[in-house]
Amino acid sequence: MSSGPPLLEVENLVTHYRLGRGFLGTITRKPESSVHALDGVSFTVHSGELLALVGESGCGKTTTAQTIVRMIEPNSGRILFKGKDITRLSAGEMRPLRREIQLVYQDPYESLDPRFRVRDTIEEPLAIHGVDVAGDGRQQILSALERAGLSPPELYIDRYPHELSGGQRQRVAIAASLVLNPALLVADEPVSMLDVSVRAGILDLLAGLRRSGLGILMITHDLSTAAHYADRIAVMYLGRIVELGPAVDVVRNPQHPYTRALISVVPSRDPLARARPQLLEGETPNPTDIPPGCRFAPRCPMVEERCKSIDPELRPVGEAHEAACILVGGSQRPIAERAPRTRRDETEKRGA
Amino acid sequence: MSEAILQVEDLHIWFDLDEGELHAVQGVSFELEPGERMGLVGESGCGKTTTILAVMGLLPANASVAGRVLFNGEDILEEGENTVAPHRWKDIAMVFQGAMNAFNPVKRIGDQIAEPMELHGTARGRQAKGRVGDLLELVGIPGSRADRYPHEFSGGMRQRAAIAMALACGPKILLADEPTTALDVMVQAQILELLVGLTEELGLALVFVTHDLPVVAQTCGRAAVMYAGRIAEEGATADLYHDARHPYTRLLFAATPDLHGKEKIISIPGSPPRLDRVITGCPFQPRCDRAFAPCPTVTPRTVSVAERHVAACHLNEVPAERLGGAGATGAR
Ligand SMILES: Nc1ncnc2c1ncn2[C@@H]1O[C@H](COP(=O)(O)OP(=O)(O)OP(=O)(O)O)[C@@H](O)[C@H]1O
Ligand SMILES: Nc1ncnc2c1ncn2[C@@H]1O[C@H](COP(=O)(O)OP(=O)(O)OP(=O)(O)O)[C@@H](O)[C@H]1O
Ligand SMILES: [Mg+2]
Ligand SMILES: [Mg+2]
Repeated sequence: MSSGPPLLEVENLVTHYRLGRGFLGTITRKPESSVHALDGVSFTVHSGELLALVGESGCGKTTTAQTIVRMIEPNSGRILFKGKDITRLSAGEMRPLRREIQLVYQDPYESLDPRFRVRDTIEEPLAIHGVDVAGDGRQQILSALERAGLSPPELYIDRYPHELSGGQRQRVAIAASLVLNPALLVADEPVSMLDVSVRAGILDLLAGLRRSGLGILMITHDLSTAAHYADRIAVMYLGRIVELGPAVDVVRNPQHPYTRALISVVPSRDPLARARPQLLEGETPNPTDIPPGCRFAPRCPMVEERCKSIDPELRPVGEAHEAACILVGGSQRPIAERAPRTRRDETEKRGA
Repeated sequence: MSEAILQVEDLHIWFDLDEGELHAVQGVSFELEPGERMGLVGESGCGKTTTILAVMGLLPANASVAGRVLFNGEDILEEGENTVAPHRWKDIAMVFQGAMNAFNPVKRIGDQIAEPMELHGTARGRQAKGRVGDLLELVGIPGSRADRYPHEFSGGMRQRAAIAMALACGPKILLADEPTTALDVMVQAQILELLVGLTEELGLALVFVTHDLPVVAQTCGRAAVMYAGRIAEEGATADLYHDARHPYTRLLFAATPDLHGKEKIISIPGSPPRLDRVITGCPFQPRCDRAFAPCPTVTPRTVSVAERHVAACHLNEVPAERLGGAGATGAR
């Protein structure tokens, strides 16, 4: 990690989606409601780091990604890229920065134009940024394909999307985002549409790019994937980051009651490693009306009276490890690691 | 050991396409005992949905079938619709892939759950209404919610309602197709608990279809791993993980990240074969890390490798010393 400002700093980002009042609302002059998709999100991404943003459906992961790349305007908060505030830059002012910040979409089937050959898909960003695709650009295209693991590039460059497997399509999408040599890659669920047998290839690719100096924000709902590939994990709940820390610490020693519950219900691939899942009641409340105090309080198994009035901020609970819960931190005992049962235990149990 | 409630024997299914024929299921056999939970796992397109649609007698018109499906020993596919219809929903029911998003948006949930009962004459009117309430309670939804519309239910509740609907006529076998795939991990855990609870309380046998190995590992005692329309390996889930006898099973587990696992996750090079072409030899051979002489040309037989553990791999049929001792094909 170099000195100087982090690659990306997000400070207290708030993004609301306005909902119409509807017909009845209009005649009754009901106030317009809005979805509080992001409600004070802060984190940093360093060069050479892979930060995983995890959380359940609707918690605000995609909104975070799209706000950072300035596809969505935040209501408040700041986005700093290499120390420079880019929150309110105009489209024209953003243009040179677009080369440096690239978004990879979830669905390799939709993100590629079926009429475009691989070459065209990858040339497009170059052309937009005025790079001579016949001259310098050609080398950049070949090297982007190579970096994305499509090698030798000549084998793929003239193919159409339907002539590629799902994993190869996602590689093409990644190549297209690499061709401008970005400093930051924001990948929104880059493998969730792919079969498990090809996911590791894409994830290894991202991990390798990170090692060569890229900063990566990877969005995933899969904690096991985050645990394997991320340097740090940020856990989101209802528009907020509730826990943030080194991947090992978040997984082995989760502090926030929400993270603990989440970790406890991730099924293990080993049939003999039975965990004690700690099921939370119900589902995440609607982000149109976020509960006062701690937003997790209504479902929290540890809830105390004061939680209903104090909206907790992220605070240190360990080395570079933060959680937004007033009940944890300091001398908290680590929760027991999941102990895999041995085959012998199982045989004895069956025999009993 | 009790008698099988469901036996699938050498099932083949072909789809007629404009350009020819697609052999989606290529000789699938398995058995299910009463009250048992069995996983049917494999990657997209391997034939999971097609297999269980055949058991329900609900294949589309462009499909043709060969093989037998026995319910309590009776061949229910023997005379097509005539023999399968009496068992559909009453004995064997299914939760369709994506069912939670398939409710009619303008009809009340309760009325939709009552439909199969009225169709089969198992209950009508008030009686059906009462039964709907009971079914909703059974799947963990207050009975009073029966008059709500689908959009008033969360995803997890719609999935519960879809399960309730499948249980309407009191089946003995539930075929659940990717019942947790679109759900968040916490809601998934709630649905898994429900499904396990239902099998235990009602003595229901479950075929759990999914591409998610960890989910099957944690809910099913046994599983069949499908590849390219065939069962590569079938056995106790613990044995599939700890003593895999087909390289595909081992590699599939190795490609699946585990929250607490420390091993490197691998990917399997290549992709599954086309099912509209004849496959010679082992279908997994081009991607296999253990392929040897017979694999490209000779179709492996499905052989018993241990008690209630079968696999279709040539490695199981050669002397152990050739492979460098026992366990050479194991999971690690
Ligand atoms: N265009 C929009 N208009 C109104 N509300 C929106 C819009 N886009 C997203 N939302 C809402 O904002 C919240 C956050 O959505 P977002 O897509 O960021 O979640 P996510 O974490 O990416 O979820 P998923 O895992 O399902 O992709 C959700 O409640 C969602 O319904
Ligand atoms: N109605 C149909 N007509 C033609 N081909 C079909 C039809 N339904 C399925 N297939 C083909 O049959 C094969 C098996 O499909 P099936 O839906 O059973 O797979 P699956 O294992 O359930 O996959 P997934 O995990 O994606 O649901 C695939 O190659 C599929 O494209
Ligand atoms: Mg999203
Ligand atoms: Mg399917």
